[in-house]
Amino acid sequence: MANAIEATGLVKTYGKHTALDGMDLVVPEGTVLGLLGPNGAGKTTTVRILTTLIRPDSGQARVAGYDVVREAPKLRKVIGASGQYAAVDDHLTGAENLEMVGRLYHLGARRSRQRARELLDRFDLAEAGDRPVKGYSGGMRRRLDLAATLVAQPPVLFLDEPTTGLDPRARIALWDVIAELVRGGTTLLLTTQYLEEADRLADSIAVVDHGKVIARGTADQLKDQVGGDRIELSVTSGSDFEQALRLLAPLSAGEPSLDREALRMTMPVTQGAASLTTALGKLAADGIAVRDAGLRRPTLDDVFLTLTGEVTT
Amino acid sequence: MSTALADGLTIAKRNVIKIKRTPDLLGSVVTFPIVFVLMLVYVFGAMIEIPGMSYAEYMIPGIFVQTVVMSSQITGYTLVLDLQKGIFDRFRTLPMAPSAVLTGQTLGDVLMNAASILVMSLMGLLVGWRINGSPLEAITAFAVLLFFAYAFSWVTATVALALRTPEVFNNIATIVTFPIMFLSNIFIDSSRLAGPLQAIAEWNPVSAVTQALRELFGNTSSALPVPDVWPLQNPLLATLGWSVVLLLVFVPLATRLYKRSVS
Repeated sequence: MANAIEATGLVKTYGKHTALDGMDLVVPEGTVLGLLGPNGAGKTTTVRILTTLIRPDSGQARVAGYDVVREAPKLRKVIGASGQYAAVDDHLTGAENLEMVGRLYHLGARRSRQRARELLDRFDLAEAGDRPVKGYSGGMRRRLDLAATLVAQPPVLFLDEPTTGLDPRARIALWDVIAELVRGGTTLLLTTQYLEEADRLADSIAVVDHGKVIARGTADQLKDQVGGDRIELSVTSGSDFEQALRLLAPLSAGEPSLDREALRMTMPVTQGAASLTTALGKLAADGIAVRDAGLRRPTLDDVFLTLTGEVTT
Repeated sequence: MSTALADGLTIAKRNVIKIKRTPDLLGSVVTFPIVFVLMLVYVFGAMIEIPGMSYAEYMIPGIFVQTVVMSSQITGYTLVLDLQKGIFDRFRTLPMAPSAVLTGQTLGDVLMNAASILVMSLMGLLVGWRINGSPLEAITAFAVLLFFAYAFSWVTATVALALRTPEVFNNIATIVTFPIMFLSNIFIDSSRLAGPLQAIAEWNPVSAVTQALRELFGNTSSALPVPDVWPLQNPLLATLGWSVVLLLVFVPLATRLYKRSVS
């Protein structure tokens, strides 16, 4: 299988600030890569280089076989890109926005019109299609923006934080749309701060921090990297918290993460459900009242915490 | 080249739709000069004596020039807004000609200028302005005015892309536009200005355009001699020359800034 996106050693600095510090990426055709990282990690800079908006200081990148610097005009014909903010024109209607993009992909007048209608239908915007975008909700704008990236049916798509600023319902609706899209075989590079989003949409994930990839793999592989299950439990009174922590320390397979305000502790364990039973037994024997306890698989938040030592939110 | 033109027209169409849907924008471009004409003609006109003709006849050609210089600010303002909204990022990832966004924007603004000049002309005729030249001269006058307006909008496009934020652009544009308009022969007889200011006013492109319009519309008087400097003695040639120079300098500059602009 050929690679739709290949980047090696991308470096980009702005004055003293290093935005990218040797970014390497490979996205095989027809797969989805989630670029996951906090604000300022270099996700957007990476997308901007790959979509020809800016040039790297050094390093190489090819998208659909075209060099991002030397073959930028050819490359632009085979990509669809959407930035962090819905880049749609407020005063134009949804249909006019899409038609304009079609014309700029040189699809011709009739094909552009036809394509606009198809996409409006597909993105549930048919009814709003002839109204100016100004009156659209955030979710509708995002859908229109996404539709605009698909006008020319490009084989490679870039979506930079596609659900930023959306309410949870609109976010889930957009996830469905994107998931359906990639089932059709489109290669997608998606950036996100939402771990759940990468988990849900991406075949593989590259965790980005300080301008380079610090870990890669499938969501499950990454979760395995940070060990097995976690016990998450909270106690009812503050005076019990330290005591509980002392009692459970021998069970913890790693550094527990603590939330003293919520009186909640999360610790990696090796024995799964058996560890939870042991833990609860110990606490009960000591008369410590437990408010809530459970066992869960590690989330990508845990992955991030383990890899970077920083909390993402 | 043909795709560059087609892309430019696609963007121009977008801008015309935008202008149609934002009547307040067009409204302000048109109403400001109307208020200005009424004030000048009825307030100042009552006090200022222009030898050999009515104040309205003297003023209107200059007001045309003032209008296009002011409305060219809208070119810049629209560009910075698009820049900030990330719309340029979309355009720059599309396989379109890089020059198209700017040619489209400036071409769309020519139409807006044409509309506001039409309103101004009717207004002028109401308050006593008259076209005394031939129809061909009048058409030439309007064409020259629009051509200069087109060239000047590339100047504001360049300034806008260099400044990048709407607030800063608005401030700078106002600060720069006012001297350009007032240090000219639009409102006053430039020959009565003090030495260096006189030279600036006489070589100001706005003065050449105004003089060209006055001559083509026949709004001149033998009692009001034209200063003996080349641009005002050959105002049509000077206007075309200035416009071409502005285009030669600012089209490449603006295009270069656009290619590098990232929101």
